[in-house]
Amino acid sequence: MVAHLLRLKLTLLRNGLRRSPWQLVGLAFGGLYALGIVGMCLVLLVLLRQEDPGLAQTVVVLGGSVALLGWGIVPVVASAVDMTLDPARFTTSAVPMPQLLAGLALGGLIGLPGLATLLVALGTVVTWSRSVLPAVGALTGALLGVLTCVVFSRVVTTATASLASSRRFKDVSGIAFLVPLVLLGPITAGIFQGTAGSGVFLSGLADRISWTPLGAAWSLGGDLERGQAGAAGLKLLIAVATLAGLSWCWKLLLERALVTPPYAGSSRRKGGRLGLFALLPGTPAGAITARALTYWFRDPRYSGSLVVIPLLPVVLAFQGSQTNDYGVLMITGPLTAFLLAWSISGDVSYDNTAFALHLAAGVRGVHDRLGRALACLAFALPTVLVLAIVPFFITGDWAWGPSILGISVGVLLTGLGLSSVVSARYTIAVPLPGDSPFKKPPGNVGQTLAVQFGGMGVLLVLVLPEAGLVLAQVLTGDLLFGWINLAVGPVLGAALFIVGVRVGGRWLDARGPELLAQVTVNR
Amino acid sequence: MSTPLTALSIRGLAKRFGTKIAVDGISLDVPAGSFFGIVGPNGAGKTTTLSMATGLLRPDFGTAVVHGVDVWAQPLEAKKLMGILPDGVRLFDRLSGEQLVTYAGLLRGMDRAVVAARVGELLAALDLGQDAGTLVVDYSAGMTKKIALASALIHAPKVLVLDEPFESVDPVSAANIRDILERYVATGGTVIVSSHVMDLVQRMCDHVAVIAGGRILAAGTVDQVRAGASLEERFVQLVGGRSQTEGLEWLRTF
Repeated sequence: MVAHLLRLKLTLLRNGLRRSPWQLVGLAFGGLYALGIVGMCLVLLVLLRQEDPGLAQTVVVLGGSVALLGWGIVPVVASAVDMTLDPARFTTSAVPMPQLLAGLALGGLIGLPGLATLLVALGTVVTWSRSVLPAVGALTGALLGVLTCVVFSRVVTTATASLASSRRFKDVSGIAFLVPLVLLGPITAGIFQGTAGSGVFLSGLADRISWTPLGAAWSLGGDLERGQAGAAGLKLLIAVATLAGLSWCWKLLLERALVTPPYAGSSRRKGGRLGLFALLPGTPAGAITARALTYWFRDPRYSGSLVVIPLLPVVLAFQGSQTNDYGVLMITGPLTAFLLAWSISGDVSYDNTAFALHLAAGVRGVHDRLGRALACLAFALPTVLVLAIVPFFITGDWAWGPSILGISVGVLLTGLGLSSVVSARYTIAVPLPGDSPFKKPPGNVGQTLAVQFGGMGVLLVLVLPEAGLVLAQVLTGDLLFGWINLAVGPVLGAALFIVGVRVGGRWLDARGPELLAQVTVNR
Repeated sequence: MSTPLTALSIRGLAKRFGTKIAVDGISLDVPAGSFFGIVGPNGAGKTTTLSMATGLLRPDFGTAVVHGVDVWAQPLEAKKLMGILPDGVRLFDRLSGEQLVTYAGLLRGMDRAVVAARVGELLAALDLGQDAGTLVVDYSAGMTKKIALASALIHAPKVLVLDEPFESVDPVSAANIRDILERYVATGGTVIVSSHVMDLVQRMCDHVAVIAGGRILAAGTVDQVRAGASLEERFVQLVGGRSQTEGLEWLRTF
């Protein structure tokens, strides 16, 4: 039965890849990324073999504990747990519980995160292969640890399943998860700075964690190497008890979950609140603007990108504080303009088949394009203006003000025009409506990459005049170029915006049904 | 070819997906003021045909004409005449029910005051008044179907094309929807519904077409098509594919 479940998982994986060769490309990219990280970890673990056992022990225990915590936390906040072997689907098959648990746990190892964790954990065997006993201890610990990771993640996801199936929780947690992700650089640098001088503290911490369920399994090799057989024995007990306890919890939770499907209740609300639809003009373009703006705030796939924007200057300011050169802050404006303008380049892909309403209602293409672009412009323009000007209060280098302002507005308007054309013709792989912004989107990865990079290339060409003027100011130091840019950016941008909306509208009129057929593939 | 009395006239519509021919040359005339049912087994090509007839899917061959307006030559004019409830498409479900129907009205260029009045009446008629402010994403399957139907009705079209309108709708709401549609037909509107609930079609529709394998097997008034038998019996007879009732003896050996 266990082998059967594993075979099922492999078959599902293979059939998923067979649907399109591009899925394979996507997996290959993910695999390369994972391989890079795994490779780095493995090199580190091999190098640790020559180091002081105390240091090696600290690194292995802390790393293992972080991995275990990660397995517990990430699937919940990212609501991206792999549900190909969703226990709910086995409710009617009457699989005996022990076999089901074993099959699901081992099945959890098939896939990139599972394989990566397993490989790195086995790497610790190399670290401790200084003699036989520690190596055996490390191997035991690694296997116990990896299994604990998988079971722990299942316990957490099963326990929070009813919470996680509520739409509101999914919306909020997905966005909340973005914040630490974007700030990853500053946070890790901060941790390194804070702990670089406190190796004693870390080794003390590792020592204490090794006595908890978090780190017990990872410390077996190190303890045996240092001749602390008694401690190792106790920790083995702790590790085994942890795995057993977690498995028991999982079994209980799963038994309950299988007979009580998650309840996603919601309150009823009476009408009378049309929101933006009452405020904006009652025309097709006005209604589309209202709809798109509502989505910017209500759909986590859109609002996720809104959360990133205010963090951008923080990351750049951090970069500046490292080198004591805050000049890098000046790119905040153009960069924000680019990110916001480009964010609607997949607008129809985000609609998915809901786009059928536009098609069925016979919306003119130009209204469709204009409505979406104006919605983005409505909040992007003030945001970009503020983020383009604020850095100068920090740097005080106002000579660059006009030029940066010009290129920011130019990039925003040009980008919106280009996005209007791109999304009228090409679909890209995006998370489906209702999915977490982190979920791996279904569909054609290759086309997505081609469209994204091709579009960005075209955008670069279109903003060459503004970029050239900035360059001219850099070379000559003449403020005049800045003032010219302040005029050229908005004027040229506005012209390209209008052209983009009209061309995009014409393409949409001509190829609306084909566009719907393209998004229908990924529903 | 199509007289003014023909609401929808389809000629030789065909569509191929890859190697599979989904619709294989369908011609059909839907008289104005009729309640027209399209029935067929799963995968018969009902949805594909209706999508091509309403301008959502470009046909490989053939034409569709709505009240004298060619759907594919003058799409914007044709779509003004039609209210469409497609099957299996998403809605803009992060809007509240009321916002969604308002959106559908405004997209068609209707006046805001008219839209507001009609939205209230439609939601009340479809028992959605209590949930007007709830987001559509939190609706049940039946409520979602009803709100999509409201979006198709808002502009008072001359022809209604409804793909599986009663799927997962509760019996009370289904009866209400039937009342609405029957009154609509009585005042001269045309309704085209696809369904695989034969009883419903026999009771509700005056005309019917049976589709299977991308072709029309029979079309006409319900009485003509069923030829004395019940529609279900006739349908099974036309479509075939009833498996032998022998075999499965072990099922009786418990």
